Amino acid sequence: MIEVKNLYKDFEDVKVLKDISTTFENGKTNLIIGRSGSGKTVLMKNLVGLLTPTKGKVLYDGRDFVAMTKKEKVLMRREMGMIFQSAALFDSMTVLENVMFPLDMFAPMTLRNRIKRAKECLDRVNLLGAEDKYPGEISGGMQKRVAIARAISMNPKYLFCDEPNSGLDPKTSLVIDDLLHSITQEYNITTIINTHDMNSVMGIGENIIFIHEGRKEWQGVSGDIMHSDNQLLTDFIFASDLLKNMRQVVLEHEGRK
Amino acid sequence: MLLKKWLTAFGRYLILMSRTFTRPERLRMFLKEYVKEMSQLGVNSIGIVLLISFFIGAVICIQMKLNIQSPWMPRWVTGYTTREIMLLEFSSSIMCLILAGKVGSNIASELGTMRVTQQIDALDIMGVNSANFLILPKIMGMMTIMPFLVIFSSATGTLGAYATAYIGHLLPPDDLTLGFQHAFRSWFVWMSIIKSIFFAFIISSVPSYFGYTVEGGSVNVGKASTDAVVTSSVLILFSDVFLTQLLS
Repeated sequence: MIEVKNLYKDFEDVKVLKDISTTFENGKTNLIIGRSGSGKTVLMKNLVGLLTPTKGKVLYDGRDFVAMTKKEKVLMRREMGMIFQSAALFDSMTVLENVMFPLDMFAPMTLRNRIKRAKECLDRVNLLGAEDKYPGEISGGMQKRVAIARAISMNPKYLFCDEPNSGLDPKTSLVIDDLLHSITQEYNITTIINTHDMNSVMGIGENIIFIHEGRKEWQGVSGDIMHSDNQLLTDFIFASDLLKNMRQVVLEHEGRK
Repeated sequence: MLLKKWLTAFGRYLILMSRTFTRPERLRMFLKEYVKEMSQLGVNSIGIVLLISFFIGAVICIQMKLNIQSPWMPRWVTGYTTREIMLLEFSSSIMCLILAGKVGSNIASELGTMRVTQQIDALDIMGVNSANFLILPKIMGMMTIMPFLVIFSSATGTLGAYATAYIGHLLPPDDLTLGFQHAFRSWFVWMSIIKSIFFAFIISSVPSYFGYTVEGGSVNVGKASTDAVVTSSVLILFSDVFLTQLLS
């Protein structure tokens, strides 16, 4: 479980995060949603330590990450996996080498066992057979799956995903969502996904945090969104006329019942 | 204002170097990267080093023969001056200036691209000291291979000079040999090697700084690459003055 307590982040005079307090639960897909520029990515970067909060605490199962020394942070990061928006695979390495990389760096395993573990992870994301390809030779969806395989290779306790569906078609996005959801439950990890994708929100949102202009505006589960009276949230989720009408129809239908 | 900017950049460079020069987390991975960088930055530069050195050696020999050699000069003067120029300045300093362009832009654009595509962030998140993992093998690899490049350059320059004698019949090869052997001091070879090791450090560490600290997108990567080449070239020229004075 990750707890965020009264988190603030300023960039000189610009206040990007304002008093964020929330809890990301274990074994659940926790989603951070919000408009572009609302502070989602900054929040995630503060969680993983790529940025240091101006004020506030980030507790990993009770351990204050912000107050940790550099050495402690390095050790803590070995419990984390992260999937970047761009997948961030190493161009000069093959798919197998990318997945093996964290194992090569940190796992006290023989080469044979490292290869075996990397292949298990690739198998988990249905990518066996692509081991010898370079990131430039595979599709965006496959790159994201390689990134997932790399992130889970060290059995992380915490998994962070920064817009994992960006640039993917709806069908591939569903595959990625299902994969993240099943991995979260299978390994019982705390997964935090930063997303714009409404399919993800409605499909795998077990704990959703809506950020608006740097503040936590709403928190709940996907089932609550339809009935929420939070205008900012409904304006964001049901942005298009089609979705607005759909919501209207659903609410009227439920009202008739 | 400009001074403050330079001092800030220098401070950041020192901080980056302090992160770079730490014990590698996995010696096996470091050695793998070290060999790879030696091959990529050094071995892949051998072709251009040999080509340029051969022709510059030949041209220096021709210029010396045509403009310095006269009946009042000893017959070894062409070989002697060609050797001194090649050994003392061309093979160490000018060759490093050329490599600052080739290797420097390569390093800055590689690290810059890794930065903007979040590959460096990915390393940091994994708990890897990205500066140490990415930069140390480049610096060590370059500093290891550079003395060899200097020796190859001097040797090929000598061959170029002999080509003017044997193929161009510009002067008797014996005169050239006499000049090459005249008042030879082995310290000059060491001086050349010592200088090149310093320059190798500049060529690899300065572009690494520019590439590693890129912010923004591809335009900034291009700018960082240019800045890296210009700054390393200027630093090589400055340090050449001090090193020559110090070692002579």
